[in-house]
Amino acid sequence: MSDNKKKNLTPVQQEYQQFQSDREVKRPILKNCIKAFLIGGLICLVGQCIQTFFIYNFNFTEQTAGDPTIAVMIFLTMLLTGFGVYDRLAQFAGAGSAVPVTGFGNAVISACIEHRTEGMILGVGGNMFKLAGSVIMSGVFAAFVIALIKTILVEWGGL
Amino acid sequence: MRTWIFNNKPVIVSTGTVGGPFEAKGKIAEDFDFLHEDLWLKEDTYEKAHKVMLEEAALRATEKAGITKEHVQFFLGGDLINQITPTSFSAKTIGAAYLGLFGACSTSKEGLALAAFLVNHGGADCVLTGSSSHNAAVEKQFRYPTEYGAQKPPTSQWTVTGAGVSLLMNKGEGPRVTSATIGKVVDMGLTDPFNMGGAMAPAAVDTIETHLKERDIDPSYYDLIVTGDLGHIGRECALDLFTKHHTEVTAEQFQDCGLMIYREGQPVLAGASGAGCSAVVVYGHLLNRMKKGEFKRMLVVATGALLSPLTYQQGETIPCIAHAVSIEYGGGKE
Repeated sequence: MSDNKKKNLTPVQQEYQQFQSDREVKRPILKNCIKAFLIGGLICLVGQCIQTFFIYNFNFTEQTAGDPTIAVMIFLTMLLTGFGVYDRLAQFAGAGSAVPVTGFGNAVISACIEHRTEGMILGVGGNMFKLAGSVIMSGVFAAFVIALIKTILVEWGGL
Repeated sequence: MRTWIFNNKPVIVSTGTVGGPFEAKGKIAEDFDFLHEDLWLKEDTYEKAHKVMLEEAALRATEKAGITKEHVQFFLGGDLINQITPTSFSAKTIGAAYLGLFGACSTSKEGLALAAFLVNHGGADCVLTGSSSHNAAVEKQFRYPTEYGAQKPPTSQWTVTGAGVSLLMNKGEGPRVTSATIGKVVDMGLTDPFNMGGAMAPAAVDTIETHLKERDIDPSYYDLIVTGDLGHIGRECALDLFTKHHTEVTAEQFQDCGLMIYREGQPVLAGASGAGCSAVVVYGHLLNRMKKGEFKRMLVVATGALLSPLTYQQGETIPCIAHAVSIEYGGGKE
């Protein structure tokens, strides 16, 4: 919480927050990082195997093999999400299962499943990007800013 | 004064409790009237399943009392879903005059206090009150989609799938409601929706201390002081607050419904929560133990966090409330 917000609290509230914070069980950050590293790495290893499979068995290059690999990874995520496995994996792995593309797939698919009862258009259609929308928005905006910087440097910076 | 003394001692003639599959694997499974294997309850939406649970619990309570639902004069209840639709929809089936309540997870005891007040003062002879929650429906409302892979922090709690109702009458056999203290909203400025126990503890302590002061009794008057869903962190905070305020509530006597319902090893993190939590534990497990004579007087304090996903996103703090109701059986003065 920002310090700015804390200023509006009364002394009694601040005292209790300190009191409560002393008793709160904190997230085990180091342990979570190690678990995220292992599971995240494992997911990437699976992805790498699939990519190599596409390169060796089909007519893909290292550049073009990315697309079918992502499609397969998201398909696997869809199955795992539907069978109720992915959220359990995520409770263990944390960022390890959220950061790879499978985490993005899970965000879309879980929202679709959740809102199926409200119908295909308003439910699934309207809520599909409820969680993933902000990721897409951030990605597009970040790409725009980077492109702008690159253009400025190349055009006027003489790089 | 915000404590009501019920001189006519309304009787809890019967109760009905229904649980879901996760509760069936819990510690107090045998205290439920019905347990469902399937979270859907054969309905096509979780919200309908939520409604059906409450209807079943209500029907079971009337059956046990040997009356039909037409005898029920008033039904007081609520849940956590927007506009409390599961309760209102089940009120259509129950058919009694209906007052919808919202006190988040404190609704069960808000209902019991009001029902006892109605019966005690002659406003009604037969009142049904209860609350319910459904894990998947409530998670959808307050958090992320059920299958979304978000790591929950160790302070978060598991929403109970269950419905608990009780039937109050002005005469009959059973545990009696002797007094109630209505809570005030307490806001300590906490903002983390994954740590409700820590936010609700001061509200519970405030209500318990007011109750003891206004009734002019010592904490040892009660064999058991049981909170609704404080969980591990909230219970510890509350106990330390009692020590700080020199209120002599012992750790043995001070229990939490959120820590009774599930077994060690079930992935509930800091404990259970939800409007159904205190309802099923009190109306099922605790009243059964009371009838067996394990204890005679208990103070039930249901706690509620009055937030919505909207207020959280807008950066508001979490206001909390707790309502206390005392229930006595056997040893209580007639």
